[in-house]
Amino acid sequence: MASIGKILRRSFLIGSTAIVGGVAFGAWYVSRPAANPLRPGAGEAALNPFVFIDAQGVTLIAPRAEMGQGVHTTWAALIAEELDVDLADVRVIHGPPAQAYYNSAMIADALPNKGYDISDFQHGIGEMLGVLGKVVGLQVTGGSTSMKDGFVRMREAGAVARETLKQAAADRLGLARGDLRTQSGKVIAPDGTELSYAALAEAAAAIDPVDAPLRDAREWRLLGKPQPRVDMTAKVTGTATFGVDVRLPGMKFAALRINPRLGGAMSGYDDSAARAMPGVERIVDLGDGVAVIGRNTWLAQQAADAIDITWEKAPYPPETEAIFERIAAALDDAPNSALRDDGDVTSPPAGATRITAEYRAPYLAHATMEPMNATARYTGDALEVWCGNQGPTFQQARCADIAGLPKEAVTVHTTLMGGGFGRRLELDYASHATRVAMAMPGVPVQLTWSREEDMRHDFYRPGAMARFSGAIVDGKAVMLDARIAAQSAVFQAMDRVAGLPPAGPDKVLVEGAFNQPYAIPNYRVRGHVCDLKIPVGFWRSVGNSFNGFFHETFMDEMAVAAGADPLAFRLDLMRGEHAPSAGCLKAVAEMSGWTGKTPEGVGRGVALTYSFGTPVAQVIEVADEGGVIRIRRAWIACDMGIALDPAIIEAQMTGGMIYGLSAACFGEITFADGAVEQGNFPDYDALRMHSAPETEVRILQTNAHMGGAGEPGTPPSMPALGNALFDLTGQRARSMPFARQFNLLV
Amino acid sequence: MTTTLTINGTDHAVDLPQEVPLLWVLRDEIGLTGTKFGCGVAACGACTVHIDGTAVRACQVALGDVWGPVTTIEGLGTPQAMNAVQRAWAAEQVAQCGYCQSGQIMQAAALLAENPDPDDSDIDDAMQGNLCRCGTYPRIRAAIKSAARMMKEA
Repeated sequence: MASIGKILRRSFLIGSTAIVGGVAFGAWYVSRPAANPLRPGAGEAALNPFVFIDAQGVTLIAPRAEMGQGVHTTWAALIAEELDVDLADVRVIHGPPAQAYYNSAMIADALPNKGYDISDFQHGIGEMLGVLGKVVGLQVTGGSTSMKDGFVRMREAGAVARETLKQAAADRLGLARGDLRTQSGKVIAPDGTELSYAALAEAAAAIDPVDAPLRDAREWRLLGKPQPRVDMTAKVTGTATFGVDVRLPGMKFAALRINPRLGGAMSGYDDSAARAMPGVERIVDLGDGVAVIGRNTWLAQQAADAIDITWEKAPYPPETEAIFERIAAALDDAPNSALRDDGDVTSPPAGATRITAEYRAPYLAHATMEPMNATARYTGDALEVWCGNQGPTFQQARCADIAGLPKEAVTVHTTLMGGGFGRRLELDYASHATRVAMAMPGVPVQLTWSREEDMRHDFYRPGAMARFSGAIVDGKAVMLDARIAAQSAVFQAMDRVAGLPPAGPDKVLVEGAFNQPYAIPNYRVRGHVCDLKIPVGFWRSVGNSFNGFFHETFMDEMAVAAGADPLAFRLDLMRGEHAPSAGCLKAVAEMSGWTGKTPEGVGRGVALTYSFGTPVAQVIEVADEGGVIRIRRAWIACDMGIALDPAIIEAQMTGGMIYGLSAACFGEITFADGAVEQGNFPDYDALRMHSAPETEVRILQTNAHMGGAGEPGTPPSMPALGNALFDLTGQRARSMPFARQFNLLV
Repeated sequence: MTTTLTINGTDHAVDLPQEVPLLWVLRDEIGLTGTKFGCGVAACGACTVHIDGTAVRACQVALGDVWGPVTTIEGLGTPQAMNAVQRAWAAEQVAQCGYCQSGQIMQAAALLAENPDPDDSDIDDAMQGNLCRCGTYPRIRAAIKSAARMMKEA
C-alpha cells in the first residue's frame, strides 16, 4: 500500500488536474477517466468541470444542488477565493449528471467508526475511499457533506484556473508567470497592462494546466466571512426557477393519484366523469395510479379527483399500533449491529443505581414547501427531465430505464429546490413524469403532486423505538446499554435506488446513539432492523433524528437519577473524551447563563448530539403562559472546525433546530386502513412566526476535522425541548410528538 | 368565458372556467411563477398576492371572484428595482430555499402598508399564516423591522 501522504496528495490532485486534463484521476484509481460533461462551444473554454469561463465571465458549475443550505454561495466563494474574482461576478449553475461530480465525502462518512475520535490516519483512509464515489457515480447532495467534499477540490479548481490563465497571459505578453498578479477577474502585468480572464480563456484551454499551492487561511478575502448569497436577489423577487416554475413552449400540466396504501396495486378505475371535465387532454394509467394531463394543474387535479379508483391492500400492517408492535418485537430479535460495545454492560457494580426507560418516535414526512414535481419531454429517441433533485446521476439512470433509452439520451436539468431535507434523493417524481410525458410524445408535461399526494406518498423518517438501561455510582454514569429498533432507511434505499442487497451493520440506524462523545466505561448500543414495507428514506439528520432524542433524553434521566445538574453531568463525561463537544456545552452554558435553576413557570433543557462530524449543543427555554407552553428562547453552539460562511452556518443551525422542534411538537404520520392519515399542513403543522423561539448561535472553530452544517442542528433540538418540558412540569417526555402530552402553543 | 384581470398594471384576458383559482391562472396560464403553490387550502401562505392592496391567498380566490387589480411579487419590485421590503429581505439574507419567500414578502408588504411600525406581536399576528419549513422566522422578523426603518427614512 502506498504511504498515506502519497495517497492524500493524489486524492487532492484528482480534484484538480485530473479533471482539467482528464487524465490523472483515471490513471491512479479508476481505469477510465471521467469524461468532461460540459461540451464547450466556440469561444468558450472549459478549464475544468467546475469552472467555465467565456465572454460572459466566470461560471461555476455547482454539482451540488441548492435546496436552501447555501451550497452555491460557499462553493462559489471557494473558487473565487483562489481564482481572484469577485463573488458577485460569478454565475452559478447546477451541473449535469456526470461521474466527474462524485461526492468524495459521503463514502468516508459510511465507515463504521464513531467519527469524533478518528485519527488523522483514519481520516486519510476516508479521503482515499472517497474516490470510490466516482466509481459508483455517487453525485449526491446529502449527509451534510458538501463543504467537506468541496473544501479542497473547489479551491484547487480555482487555483489551477488562476495559474493557467496567468500562464496564458505570460505567453501572450512575453513575460514570466511569476511577474503577473491577478485581481477581480483580470491578470495584471507590472506595467499595469490588464487582460481579462474572458479574453484569455481560449488560450488557457490550449496549454497544460498549471498547479499551484493553496493559499493560507490567513490570506482569505471571502472564506470565513459572511458572504451575500448568490441566489438571494432571485429568491426575493420571485424570479428564481424552482422545478415547479419550469415553463416551456406548448407545455401541458398534469396531476396524479397513486394508491394511498403505499406499494399497493390498482385493480381498476372508472374515468368516465373525468374525461368530460374541462381542460382535460389525456388520462394516463401509471400501473399503481392514474395521471391526468390537462390545460393547467388545477383542472388536471379536479379531473384526477373525479376518477373512481379501486385500490388494493397495503403490504404492511394497516394500523399504526400494529406497526409499532412489529417495531417493538424487533427489539427482541437478534441485533443487526453492536457498533459500540465497551466494557461489560451485563454486570453493573453492586450498589449502583439502576434506571431504565423506553422511548418512541413516530414516522415523519419531509413536507418540503414545494410539493414533488418534475417536467419531462419525450421524443421517442430522447428524454429531457427538469426537476429539483439531490442525485442527478440516479435520476438519469432511472428515467432512461423507464423510457427504454440509453443513459446518454436522457438529459437531466437540475433546478433550485423548494426544500429537500432528503426527500429529493428519491426518484419517484421524475419517474412518474417520464411515464406521463411518454403518453404525449413531443409535448413537455409538468407533473405536480397535490399537497395531499405529497404527504401521503413520502419516503418517511422511520418510526423507531428504544430501550435504554443505565447504572450510576457516586453520581457518575458507569453503564449505558441501548437497544434501538426501526426500519432500515439505508437497506431500503440501496435496493430502491441502486438495486443493491442489504449487507452488514446499518450504521445509520444507530448514528446519534453509538457514536456520542461520553466516557462511560461500560457502554453498548445495538441496532435492530424491523423489516416492514412502509417506504422510508432520509429525513434531515436521518438516524440522528430519533437517536439524538433517545440518547439525550436518557442522559437527562441519568443526571436526574444521579442528583446532578444535567449540563454538568454531561460535561463531566465529555471533557476527556472530545474537547470540541465539551466546548459546545460550555458555550451554551455561558450564553444562556445556565445555573441549573429556573424560576416558577419556566423550564430549561440541554442536549448535545455529535452528528455529521459536528457537535451541536442546545439549551431550550419554555414558559408556561396561562396554561399554554411556549418555546421562548434557544441557544445553540456548534463546532464544525473551519466555518467557511458564518452567516449561512447560523441560518442552518437555526433552521435545523426549528425543523427538529416542529417535528418534536407536532410531527406525526399515522396509518389507518393502510393509508397515511395526515394530508396537509392543518394535520401536520410546524412552528410558525409566533411559536418559533428567539435564537442565539455561537460558532466555535476548534474541531480538527471539518464537519457538516445542514443537518447537525436538528437532532439535539428534540431532547433539549423534552428536557425543558420535564424541568417545567416534572413530566418526562418519552414519546414524540409532545403535543400529545403537553399543551403547547399552536 | 373570457375574463380580464389587471395584474401588475397590465390587462390579461383569460378564457377559463370561473372557478379556477387565481393562483393557477397566474402560474399556468399567464406564466407569472413567482407566486407559489404550497398547500391549496390556505394553510401555508406561499401563494399570497394583493388584490386591491389586501393580502389574500390566491389558491382560495376563484377567477370569477377577483374584485380588483392584482399585485404579485413580480409587480412589487424587480431585481433591478427592488421594493423596500425586498431590499430588507436581501439585506438580512432571509431566504434559504426561498420557496415561501414570495408569500412572506407579500404578506409583510401588506402589513407595513397598514402599520408602518409593527411591534413583535403585530408581526406574530400578521405573519403566522405563512409557513417556512427552512425556519427563517428570526430573519423575517428582522427584515420586517428593517423595512419599516427604510420606509420611514424614505
